[in-house]
Amino acid sequence: MNSVGEGCTDLKREYDQCFNRWFAEKFLKEDRSGDPCTEMFKKYQHCVQKAIKEKDIPIDSVEFMGPNKEKPDS
Amino acid sequence: MVKYFACVGLLKSSWDQVCIAFWERYPNPYSNHVLTEDIIFREVTPGNRLVSRRLLTKTNRAPRWMEKYLPVTMARHAYIIEDSIVDPQNRTMTTLTWNISHARMMSVEERCEYRINPDNTSWTEINREAWISSNLYGLSRAIQEFGLARFKTSVTKTMKGFEYVLAKMQGEIPSRTLAEHATERARETALAAKERAKDLASQAHKKQQYV
Repeated sequence: MNSVGEGCTDLKREYDQCFNRWFAEKFLKEDRSGDPCTEMFKKYQHCVQKAIKEKDIPIDSVEFMGPNKEKPDS
Repeated sequence: MVKYFACVGLLKSSWDQVCIAFWERYPNPYSNHVLTEDIIFREVTPGNRLVSRRLLTKTNRAPRWMEKYLPVTMARHAYIIEDSIVDPQNRTMTTLTWNISHARMMSVEERCEYRINPDNTSWTEINREAWISSNLYGLSRAIQEFGLARFKTSVTKTMKGFEYVLAKMQGEIPSRTLAEHATERARETALAAKERAKDLASQAHKKQQYV
């Protein structure tokens, strides 16, 4: 899968591979022995956040689980 | 005015496998409309929950009758955010997905809860809710109908995508005819919904007043 930042795809794939392994082998087993992917994540984030700014993607000030208000049934 | 939709889905795989598949679901044969995928935030909370934010770019598949009302400069690609919380202790995952572009025209918000199926603990149950709304004067009902119909088709694709990825993970090769059948059924549903939405749009257009 490609990244929204054309130059970030390789960094993304490298990070994803690391994450998927950690997620399955450590996190889901509630092994809290630390995340081996932090450096890769930093590099990837640096690249993708830059691309997001360049493309003006409106992600700023969107709260986590953002618009999670109760809505009436129609 | 908001259109509400809820359904329950079942995946015949363990909650663990489904969560793993959740991060590996793109690309799959049912996700050709998904162009890019990025994790743009991730953290493990002190309570050992994984919180993540994923940014997706999708093609903006508006029907032709709707495109007439879109400004020429409107982006062809839609941006979607998906926030998620994975709780390995309680074996639950909650996701919230919504579009951050084209939102005034149509806003679709989906909330899912992934839990162990109470009747069969080696299966996973997905409780899905969606809220579809539109603020476009005179067309909101037609757009909401379109949005709801497209959402239902999306759900079919999502579940098929999951099943495909899970089968791949478990070393089975999914049958080609299954995939073709699903695509065909999704197409038929979309076509029927398209016709209905088109009718509503032309009715709305006749009543529309020009400001």
